[in-house]
Amino acid sequence: MSVGESSTPLGRVRGLGSAREGGEHWLTERVTSIALLLLGIWLIASLLLLPALDLRTLGEWLQAPSGAVPMALLILVGFKHALDGMKVVVDDYVHDEGNRFALNLVLLFFAAGGGALALFALARIAFGGAA
Amino acid sequence: MAASIFHRVSGAGLSIVGLAVLTWWLVALSGGPEPYALFTKAASNIFGRIVLIGLTWAFFQHFLSGVRHLVMDTGAGFELRTNNRFAMLVFVAAVVLTAALWAYALGVVK
Repeated sequence: MSVGESSTPLGRVRGLGSAREGGEHWLTERVTSIALLLLGIWLIASLLLLPALDLRTLGEWLQAPSGAVPMALLILVGFKHALDGMKVVVDDYVHDEGNRFALNLVLLFFAAGGGALALFALARIAFGGAA
Repeated sequence: MAASIFHRVSGAGLSIVGLAVLTWWLVALSGGPEPYALFTKAASNIFGRIVLIGLTWAFFQHFLSGVRHLVMDTGAGFELRTNNRFAMLVFVAAVVLTAALWAYALGVVK
């Protein structure tokens, strides 16, 4: 019997090819987007309001908790949102299953690696290394 | 249609170029005077400026278009006229905000 009128709406959705996942991905994308609205405004406002953009001023800014903590959040949430968004693009346009898997793996590695590098650099600034 | 494509293009641009620039900037800052001088030199030449202005536009476009999508997620704003106006408003506002920010940053207006 085909999936038709006798099934419940949920059953129809399942029968029509739901992968039984994705709801959380969709929701996470929205939640991180709202966080990034705030963090994005924070970054732009900070850069515009700082008296100068030299090494010393920026170092002091990122050594204070009021600079370091939002920046850490921006890195974490930014890379996560980028990964989630790029996955949607890859899943939409790359139809071969093997290529799709490979590309999503590359995306994941770049996001994890880039995010870790950015966080490490921030920690080095915040805890007063070379800067 | 165009609004959706622009949302994806600006999002991909921010993901790849935006995060690369952010990471480079932080790594340069953490490395001290020489790496930071290299970054500011690259950022202030004409090519660097075009990239930064492009990223600013992508940010505002994606930001405003994202708000539009969040509104649409609630089920509002699907009426054709409202929807088109909202999309047009996003395009215009993103360009205006980008121009205003760089006019301010470059000291054209105080």
